[in-house]
Amino acid sequence: MDIRYTAEHEWVAIDGNQATIGITDHAQRALGDLVFVQLPTVGAVLARGALAAVVESVKAASDILAPLSGAIVDVNPATVAEPALLNSDPMGAGWLFKIAMSQPEQIGELLDADSYGRIAS
Amino acid sequence: MNTLELPLHTLHVAAGAHMAAFADRLMPIHYPLGILGEHRHTRAAAALFDVSHMGQIRVQARSGELRDAAVALERLVPVDLLSLRPGRQRYALLTTSSGGVIDDLMIANLGQCFYLVVNAARIAEDLAHLERHVSDVCRIERLTDRVLLALQGPKAVDVLGELLPQASDMRFMDADSVELDGVPGVVTRSGYTGEDGFEISLPADHAAPWVARMLANPLVQWAGLGARDSLRLESGLCLYGHELTSEITPVEAALEWAIQPSRRSGGARPGGYPGDEVILSQLSRGAARRRVGLRPAGRPVREGASLFDAASGGEPVGHVTSGTFAPSAQCPIAMGYVPIALATVDTLLYADVRGQRIPVHVSPLPFVPPRYYR
Repeated sequence: MDIRYTAEHEWVAIDGNQATIGITDHAQRALGDLVFVQLPTVGAVLARGALAAVVESVKAASDILAPLSGAIVDVNPATVAEPALLNSDPMGAGWLFKIAMSQPEQIGELLDADSYGRIAS
Repeated sequence: MNTLELPLHTLHVAAGAHMAAFADRLMPIHYPLGILGEHRHTRAAAALFDVSHMGQIRVQARSGELRDAAVALERLVPVDLLSLRPGRQRYALLTTSSGGVIDDLMIANLGQCFYLVVNAARIAEDLAHLERHVSDVCRIERLTDRVLLALQGPKAVDVLGELLPQASDMRFMDADSVELDGVPGVVTRSGYTGEDGFEISLPADHAAPWVARMLANPLVQWAGLGARDSLRLESGLCLYGHELTSEITPVEAALEWAIQPSRRSGGARPGGYPGDEVILSQLSRGAARRRVGLRPAGRPVREGASLFDAASGGEPVGHVTSGTFAPSAQCPIAMGYVPIALATVDTLLYADVRGQRIPVHVSPLPFVPPRYYR
């Protein structure tokens, strides 16, 4: 699976026409203990850059923007019940939502691991 | 402004603290345990906070009679200092001529002097205010090169009692000059977390051994400013710049309890402090708005959010001054100001969070029961 990143500290795992989105380890460290997650509605159609989810730590709220245009096809309700999943396993059990891409060419504008590593270091 | 390092900076860095600027100091915001863990540890055992950024001020009467200093300080606070016995401290407010608050502070009677602990961001204003109004009667001295530690939590007395037996005999708001390894320090049984605990002031170059002794006890963990903020909010305590400003009176802030009967109408020394007309009038007739607790439904509501009395439309009726997720109460909590007609417990209001109206209910304060050792 191809994993890309955004400058807003989201990871995007590409699998065919579908992308799974979460926050990076760097993001969860910066936010601290997550206490609240709001997910998009399955079926919602979002343009790239639209507000998709909200995560909040004790310290602050953070918007999660859609990194790609498309329709929400799945969400991870476990993160709503247990926001700490974003701290303990941000790239795994803490995934947030899946998008069926309407403009797959947007993938090319996401960051690869090296580029993101320079931002997050 | 230059950011200064705390005297114990290297200890915090060695403990893995995340440091950030607060007022003019580089402060530990949290340690590897994290804000939630540090908060819960404070409520369960004992946490050690380095609050050396706070201002420490000694006020002595030029005459040598402490009573003269009490009379002079009473010109600035709506608080009874003449009845404050040696070894006791009181919460106080420096008021503006319109009844607002310059700062909130602790004033302890140490027998020979009054010892004041003020907010870091207000030190310059407080010193200037004291100089202007009481330097005719008092010598005012900012204590620098000192460390202020707060040991907070239900086990704090067990920890400090082993190291300083007289601490166990103190009660809430006691304040004593003590010898710490032969150097003069101050210990008070108070804090800013809603828990039992102590604040310990001592010379900076004598602080590290005390920190080491306290941390040697497995009950004790470092906690940073992040947990301090969530603890005080859960305990319904005001933070200057948020719940208290020069535009907010003590009565609006629901701090009537800090104004003793002797300084009210009909008391032995009514008024006689800046803004007394406004404050006395509000004490008898009430204020138009009031600080309340708020319980947002579902998600946290942050400082600055407008409050409405309808799910859509209308003008803001108030605003949120602090908000977070409460690690002990396990729900979002906030404080804010609302008109007195909407200040009744269980009143349904709505907080605007980026265009979305979140239902919030007016709640009693504090959100968790205080555990002071009275």
